[in-house]
Amino acid sequence: MNEPEEYVRDTPAYEDYPIVVEGLRNAFGSHVIHDNLSLKVKRGEVIGVVGGSGTGKSVLMRSIIGLQEPTAGQIHVLGRDMMADHDEDDIDIRSRWGVLFQGGALFSTLTVGENVEVPLKQFYPELSDELRSEIARFKVRLSGLPEKAAFNYPSELSGGMRKRAGLARALALDPELLFLDEPTAGLDPIGAAAFDSLTRELKETLGLTVFLITHDLDTLYAICDRVAVLADKQVIAVGTIPELLALDHPWIQEYFNGPRGRAALAAKGDSELEDAMPESDESAGMDSAGMTGA
Amino acid sequence: MREYAEFTLSESDDGSAHTLVLKGPLRVYSLGDLDTRLNALEGNFERIDLSGVTDIDTTGAWLVSTFAREHNLATVGESEQARRLFAAIGNITEHEAEPEPVPGVFTRTLSEIGDVVLNWGYGFKRAVAFLGETVSAFGTVARHPSRLRGTALIHHMQYVGVNSLWIIGLMSFLIGIVIAQQGAVQLQQFGAEIYTINLTGRLSMRELGILMTSIMVAGRSGSAFAAQIGTMKLTEEVDAMRTIGVSPMEALVVPRVLASMMMMPLLGFYSAVLSIIGGAFISNFALDIPFWTFLQRTQEVVPITDVWVGLVKAPVFALIVALAGCYQGMQVAGSAEEVGLRTTQAVVTAIFTVIVLDAFFAIFFTEIGWT
Repeated sequence: MNEPEEYVRDTPAYEDYPIVVEGLRNAFGSHVIHDNLSLKVKRGEVIGVVGGSGTGKSVLMRSIIGLQEPTAGQIHVLGRDMMADHDEDDIDIRSRWGVLFQGGALFSTLTVGENVEVPLKQFYPELSDELRSEIARFKVRLSGLPEKAAFNYPSELSGGMRKRAGLARALALDPELLFLDEPTAGLDPIGAAAFDSLTRELKETLGLTVFLITHDLDTLYAICDRVAVLADKQVIAVGTIPELLALDHPWIQEYFNGPRGRAALAAKGDSELEDAMPESDESAGMDSAGMTGA
Repeated sequence: MREYAEFTLSESDDGSAHTLVLKGPLRVYSLGDLDTRLNALEGNFERIDLSGVTDIDTTGAWLVSTFAREHNLATVGESEQARRLFAAIGNITEHEAEPEPVPGVFTRTLSEIGDVVLNWGYGFKRAVAFLGETVSAFGTVARHPSRLRGTALIHHMQYVGVNSLWIIGLMSFLIGIVIAQQGAVQLQQFGAEIYTINLTGRLSMRELGILMTSIMVAGRSGSAFAAQIGTMKLTEEVDAMRTIGVSPMEALVVPRVLASMMMMPLLGFYSAVLSIIGGAFISNFALDIPFWTFLQRTQEVVPITDVWVGLVKAPVFALIVALAGCYQGMQVAGSAEEVGLRTTQAVVTAIFTVIVLDAFFAIFFTEIGWT
């Protein structure tokens, strides 16, 4: 049931591209969010998705994981056509990805530990109760929470802790694909940095592919291999940050060259990147002037 | 077929110590009952050989390092990936907290009884406080009529009143049919089936019209009040109101309570009228009392005090239903489950209190001579 070998590979690019989106169109009534959007995510990379508010970053993620039925287009995840009629096999694919929603989306009637146990119980009922609860407690700590948080209910945790608990649940099955929707929003800088290094570490040790929606420039610089920019209803550019900086698009320039972008770059201290970054007037100076949307 | 993780024991050269050799994929899906079998192992080992492990994830690495720590073993032959995972896991293998022990049945029962009693006490206190807040909010609105939310009031009047006309009408019509038909069967035994009209008319006006309407409004609108306000509490909308300087009591509670109190007498009267019509309808066929005769006779046998009894009770019942809904909504805190619990609680409290009060009213009106 869980051997990737037995999966139907209906796109040849499956081994190299776990997520392939082609010609995606999403519309709510007459309001078009995406039009002819295409994106390929390489295996083993952390791809950051950025874009102004309302450009449909979350809608893109929901389309990919099958929560939002697109109006048109093709979506293949791990070689499976997400637009095809859902059958039993589609359940399997859900054991191979983990999703962290913006607010954590924990089940409020279960403790944090029990939340992490839910996917384990769903897919591997043969694990003993003890081992399952042990694994859950381990995952809770792996996500950076104190172990006693495993016995708390989500309503007893702060927003940042809930997010970590959500990550623990997303990581419960050691998935190949990890979807993170603004994982560091609302975290303190120390927590955010720990989150970044955890994501990086998991990606490197487990070969995870990470689809990361973020506004956090520090996260972009710290862990993203490539960045996809959403604007004008499409992915207007995908590439490493230096590659994006070489493009002459006003939104991209403003995004990375704003005061916040420069501050994040300085923190990163990457001379190669600094060379690639054109000089700009820094009189805007203050952080508040560089808000790139929430 | 899924491949499971396996292990074997191999003896070292001098035969005294063993090496635990793990084989196959050490992934969460391939563990199976590996931990149970490992824990059942006896004897002393010196090291764990991981050279046969084809694949490993955090769960597998955690299992191995926990086992290694518990038995004080060294690991050999691990892959680069495994070494990184062990490093990433670090000291997470040791527990730093234990779940709180669950007390025995006896203690638990006692503590739950205590909780229930305490909650009654606190609940009563909070309910009284809420009543006070409501009264004071009504006072404020009475002194500053411009602070009454007109739009909200009309909206809730429509929701509580107009939108429930159909269901309450149908319900009352059917109840009228049942009373008249069942009453006639009994009264016929004395040849007194003409009193079916008295039975239907007086019962509808005095009791059933307003009682059934209150129950329907509690189920339809009281529950909606609790769920709406409760959800607003969860999404911090109520807190946002307070910070802006809008009193939630004035903005949320007053329009709902006022709208219910204004609509309930109308609904109750409407319900009574429709159940009389239902009675007249069935009498036309079952008792050979013509429809119009039934209605005219009703006018003669139902005293006007019966109408007043119904109309006096209506706003009181409305107050109870609306307050129960708003109060329970305001008590929501924490989780989505709470919204459901509080909504149920609102409906149960409202219906129960309405029926208890109705009994008091029945005695009261009899005592003052409105029989």
